[in-house]
Amino acid sequence: MNIRRIRRAASITLTAAALTLTLAAAPAAAQNERVLSETQAWIKGIERPDHLGYRDWVSGIQPPEEAAAPPQKTGIDAAVDLVMTPVNRVLYNAVFYEVPFFGAQVKLVVAWLVIGAIFCTVYFGFINLRGFAQGLRLVRGDYSDPNDAGEVSHFQALATALSGTVGVGNIGAVPVLIVLGGPGAVFWMIVAGLLGMATKFVECTLGVKYRNENPDGSVSGGPMYALKKGLAELNKPGLGRALAMLFAVSVVFGCLGAGNMFQANQAYSQFVNVTGGADSFFAGKGWLFGLLLAVVVGVVIIGGIKSIARVTEKVVPLMAVLYLLGALIVLAVNIDKIPAAVAAIFVGAFTPGGVAGGFIGVLILGFQRAAFSNEAGLGSAAIAHSAVRTKEPVTEGLVSLLEPFIDTVVICTITALVILTTVYGDPGVAQLAGVQLTSEAMARTVGWFPTPLAFAVVLFAFSTMISWAYYGLKGWTYMFGESRHSDVVFKVIFCLFVIIGCTIPLSSVLDFSDAMIFLMCIPNILGIYFLAPIVKREMKSYFARVESGEIKNYRKLRRQKAA
Amino acid sequence: MSNNILIGVDGSDSSSRAMDFAATLCQETGASLLVAYIIEWSPFTFNTPEENEARHRRREEELARAQAGVLDPLLAKLEKRGVEARGMVRHGKPVVALAQIAEDEHVAQIVVGRRGESHIGGLLFGSLTGGLLQVAPVPVTVVP
Repeated sequence: MNIRRIRRAASITLTAAALTLTLAAAPAAAQNERVLSETQAWIKGIERPDHLGYRDWVSGIQPPEEAAAPPQKTGIDAAVDLVMTPVNRVLYNAVFYEVPFFGAQVKLVVAWLVIGAIFCTVYFGFINLRGFAQGLRLVRGDYSDPNDAGEVSHFQALATALSGTVGVGNIGAVPVLIVLGGPGAVFWMIVAGLLGMATKFVECTLGVKYRNENPDGSVSGGPMYALKKGLAELNKPGLGRALAMLFAVSVVFGCLGAGNMFQANQAYSQFVNVTGGADSFFAGKGWLFGLLLAVVVGVVIIGGIKSIARVTEKVVPLMAVLYLLGALIVLAVNIDKIPAAVAAIFVGAFTPGGVAGGFIGVLILGFQRAAFSNEAGLGSAAIAHSAVRTKEPVTEGLVSLLEPFIDTVVICTITALVILTTVYGDPGVAQLAGVQLTSEAMARTVGWFPTPLAFAVVLFAFSTMISWAYYGLKGWTYMFGESRHSDVVFKVIFCLFVIIGCTIPLSSVLDFSDAMIFLMCIPNILGIYFLAPIVKREMKSYFARVESGEIKNYRKLRRQKAA
Repeated sequence: MSNNILIGVDGSDSSSRAMDFAATLCQETGASLLVAYIIEWSPFTFNTPEENEARHRRREEELARAQAGVLDPLLAKLEKRGVEARGMVRHGKPVVALAQIAEDEHVAQIVVGRRGESHIGGLLFGSLTGGLLQVAPVPVTVVP
């Protein structure tokens, strides 16, 4: 009775929210041509004071704090800002400690990820290329035993992990990358995406291999379990427990940053943008939008209203397809500019004129954005992939290596091409940031595209938040044990951060997210180094058994039977 | 090849009529009956992480419920009538799963009930029987 009432209330709320969205968004297309609004201006003002000034910051000459004076804000927004900004600064500087390297500033943590990815690529004999086809066959179900039907399939595990990975970053962070590093950074982002496939393969194999199967039949997996159990096998239980704890702490904070605040912030920004900019009811009322979003998120993760989550999980893939379709339409219209854009990507990658830090500077930016987007090396997706039911952990690793490919090599690259064929180099959009740049880019081709894009952004943000709430929860329960009470505490904190994410300016949100999320890669990649030989043994054995036919390809068998 | 019969059941009226028909057939011919209950499931859906986590447990529950709720009473009835029978619960698309079972178990024919729903319903949602007629490896008997 009670549950039914809650459910009905939730569905009414959702319908009302959808209606509001539709009504609010309706006049947006007409207003789209308007001069930039005040709301946009404050976001832009903080984020990118001017093109060159920001580039100078990348080289470390001009810190961003001095480059821009945040415009005055009032009320709750300002109060949240006041508390968060100093915290951000300390954290950011600690995690992104930079060392000079051939004239550029190299963030040690990015170097750590890149070296890890190169190690995995080489040590596993270019599994990112060799395992690609096998990954596709696994997702298609060729190796699925019909008797196991009803368990989580490879496809489902991949789709769930992808909905956490493909988020606002694919739309909103790519333009930021191009603004900072020029077209050449896209090349390095793609390279990093390809390398990241190997890291993802290793971490997801480990996630499945060392997961916990709980007495109630559910599973808990992820790098914290891999580190704890895997290193115990290597007679390093103390180190394993310490690294596992470090990972658990950082995934909890990481989920609050990139998996929550960044998503909420970008959703708010695009929402205000399409509902009339400064005239929007929500302009300057970040806390209110945040509160509404937090309520919906809370209803799903605390209230356990599965129907909303389920609807989202079905709408999001559709949105992803629609986004790609929209992007492809933009590209088709601007097809004459594609060769130049591709050329700019290649030329800029090696001779980045004007970008501070030169070649190395561009490379670092590209790698950093790829890592942020596809999460390879962070260990987050391994938590989602652990749920799959398979006798061979390697199979899930092979499936998971498709993830950076889809996320970075396909989706991010398409966004990059949209930017490069439309607004790139136009001084009129220099102050636009994040999603708004993509929005403007699409609006140039089809005027009403920003409105569906806003829907897509809000939904992407929502599904990413749901996934990250789960990742964070797994870290949290690793630390505090699985209990209903501690679950709720975490989930309430998570919802509070949705509100915070909508109230502080983009740059400090990005700094906080980046710092927290990159903290996760330290224990995770260290674990990969220790456990790589174990994964290699499993991989060799798996491929040998596929070769010998001991592992059955059911699709092939069926076809042989039919013939 | 045996003369055994596979029957797909779903707990509906039409499926119990099909059951009667198949049981009579078995009594006449001495064939044994394979009673299959297919739980609608697809490997290509989008789930939340929580759903995935609990999937294994839920699958066990679904299997147990189908066994206890649908198959066991049917098998008890069949035993009373002296028909040799066994049950089977599978996840999957009913059409594909039934065809697959028919092939794996080398049955001589499949018996299914025609869903008693309205004509429009059948048109909208497609029908099990229609699909089965297309893919079944053995003769199919449809009981109205």
